[in-house]
Amino acid sequence: MIPRHVAVQSRRDRIKGVIVHNPYLPYPVRIDEITVETEDKSLKTFKFVFLNPGDEDNFAYRAGQFAELSIAGLGEIPIGIASSPTEKGFVKFTVFKTGKVTSYLHAMKEGDVMGVRGPMGNSYPWDLLEGKNVVIIGGGFAFTTLRSSIVHMLHPDNRSKFKDIHVIYGARSPGMLLYKDELMAWAERDDIHMHITVDGTDDPDWKYHKGFVPAITEQEAPPGTADTYAIVCGPPIMIKFTQPVLDKLGYGHDQIIMSLENRMKCGIGICGHCNIGKELVCKDGPVFTLEELNKTPKEY
Amino acid sequence: MKVIQIDKSELEAGLGKLEKAFRLIGPVKEKGYHLFKTLDSGQKPDLDYMNTRLSARSILYPQSEVMFEFSLDKADEQYAILREPEKDSQPRAVIGIRPCDADAYAVVRRNFDTPEYKDPYWLKNFEATTLVGLACSTPCPTCFCTSAVSGPFSDKNLDIMLVDNGDHYLARIATEKGEKLAADAGWQRPAEGAENRIEDLKLAAEAKIQSEISTDNLANQSLNDLYEAEAAIWEPEAFACINCGTCTHACPTCWCFDVQDETYGKSGFRMRNWDSCMYPLFSLHASGHNPRGTKTARVRQRFMHKLKYYVDKFEQGIQCTGCGRCVRLCPVNIDIRRICNKMNSYDPETCSCAVTS
Ligand SMILES: Cc1cc2nc3c(=O)[nH]c(=O)nc-3n(C[C@H](O)[C@H](O)[C@H](O)COP(=O)(O)OP(=O)(O)OC[C@H]3O[C@@H](n4cnc5c(N)ncnc54)[C@H](O)[C@@H]3O)c2cc1C
Ligand code: SF4
Ligand code: SF4
Ligand code: FES
Repeated sequence: MIPRHVAVQSRRDRIKGVIVHNPYLPYPVRIDEITVETEDKSLKTFKFVFLNPGDEDNFAYRAGQFAELSIAGLGEIPIGIASSPTEKGFVKFTVFKTGKVTSYLHAMKEGDVMGVRGPMGNSYPWDLLEGKNVVIIGGGFAFTTLRSSIVHMLHPDNRSKFKDIHVIYGARSPGMLLYKDELMAWAERDDIHMHITVDGTDDPDWKYHKGFVPAITEQEAPPGTADTYAIVCGPPIMIKFTQPVLDKLGYGHDQIIMSLENRMKCGIGICGHCNIGKELVCKDGPVFTLEELNKTPKEY
Repeated sequence: MKVIQIDKSELEAGLGKLEKAFRLIGPVKEKGYHLFKTLDSGQKPDLDYMNTRLSARSILYPQSEVMFEFSLDKADEQYAILREPEKDSQPRAVIGIRPCDADAYAVVRRNFDTPEYKDPYWLKNFEATTLVGLACSTPCPTCFCTSAVSGPFSDKNLDIMLVDNGDHYLARIATEKGEKLAADAGWQRPAEGAENRIEDLKLAAEAKIQSEISTDNLANQSLNDLYEAEAAIWEPEAFACINCGTCTHACPTCWCFDVQDETYGKSGFRMRNWDSCMYPLFSLHASGHNPRGTKTARVRQRFMHKLKYYVDKFEQGIQCTGCGRCVRLCPVNIDIRRICNKMNSYDPETCSCAVTS
């Protein structure tokens, strides 16, 4: 058994005289706020603040990246970053309750201490998207890094860098939409085209779309011109039926951007868990164009 | 490079001197098989061996290792905050590692030591270790190192290579670490004309290697064509596999790991444990979806990784040193040599392999 009381070491260490960072060591964070997002309570948003000064700067990220949430004694899970780099002082993640770690996390309280390790992965291609029309297509709870992207693009410092922004976002019912207040607020703005939809609802006051995401995409998405890019995140079934619609609208496969999820452990390209062919989803992804995915085995 | 001569009768005394500065690790025989162990004071490594049953991977990368520890005592100021445990950083020397296992360290280093991320556990162990290898004068029948990325006298990743020459070893010192170890052991006697002798022994050993693989066409093959060669390669090869994971655990060039937290009373540990792509859990999502849900998909992953993905990604040859362990230990005779030759000779036009053995 390893002695428990050893001196707390710094996160930096020396290899060949060079100081290196232990990339497996999470930053300690405190849960600052927990928001229940959906009526079935299966999704909660966790807002974290870093315990150590300086860690927030070390965690500088781009929309589309993810992190490993670490709970001592339970393990780590990869979760997309839902806050935007333009939001300072905290990081946010929205988590679906499904297994061991996510269930424990759902039972944690504001004030509890845990860890965040990252940021990881490549992010959406922001350099490429500059000066372009951006069409965001999301379904279900895969809207987290899309929220990050929308908040990033709508920030006064950034909005002028993009042309038209369209968002098509669907959930089963109004109560299952993530970030509902923000969605409604964006729908009132004139610098973003919101197309919110639900599979069905009895609510007589529902003033947005009804129907599945692929159908709404067909009605509302702009045509696939050379300077229009689509970012698509959602359940496999949604992606399967949205792709032919985008093909029909004229989007090239290099203009369709997707974010993958595979089982992960290290998140930094070392443990070998997440590969699709020679690509590692954690390090070379999770964001790929459809053109890139056409060249890899379909192991996701 | 300098060659010295070490009489077999001097070896023990030299190792005795090394005990002060190094933790010594060497092959010992237990329950009928050789394995690498830390030697007790005065214990001799058994250099009269073919190869260890499991590879030397665990010397730098233990099968199960503590990454972090933490307190789960709420009264503790450091409650739930991970910290690195103190690790043994003492210099160590492996006496009698075979060239293929040392070359395997170079293969896996490309994974653990990348421009973006450094694995501190592997790298610190690697730096603390001096490798005193033992050239193979009588290779096993299942070895094919000469056509993989190694050879019976390959010392490109050794600090010192010992060559058995009757009543003495010829020792070729390749690095500064090797110089230091030889000096500490008091092994200094120059061996005149030894390079020629080593070259002769090397050629003789290479001539004894009975099997070889062809890898020349692997890089040219299309990744997707090989992946899709189900009927010609993957289904027949996977047919008998029981997904036991023996091949991956015995292999010196496999590196995959799982991370698990373990708790014990009010203390906890984040551990990493070797994992295997042969296990269904390796790629299972929380939703129940498994991108490699069939054993055919998992067998394909193992061989595609070693013989195609690695080849394309690093452009440094295959991820296999030809040690032959997986060939010897597979309970159903799945043979990487045959699979490699099939992949190398696969013709997507006819969906068949020109070489099938
Ligand atoms: C890049 C990326 C971004 C993600 N973003 C989000 C997000 O924003 N919100 C969200 O709710 N979920 C997200 N997920 C899925 C989330 O990681 C899994 O639901 C979670 O790991 C399940 O953990 P568990 O311990 O509760 O489940 P268990 O089934 O008990 O899983 C045990 C372990 O398996 C691994 N694992 C299981 N399923 C997955 C999976 N689908 N992906 C990766 N590792 C898995 C984890 O290491 C986990 O600790 C994301 C996954 C990836 C890869
Ligand atoms: S794949 Fe087989 S022969 Fe090659 S290094 Fe691993 S165990 Fe040895
Ligand atoms: S040792 Fe043989 S049977 Fe076992 S997993 Fe490997 S290939 Fe399959
Ligand atoms: S999660 Fe470890 S390699 Fe991708």
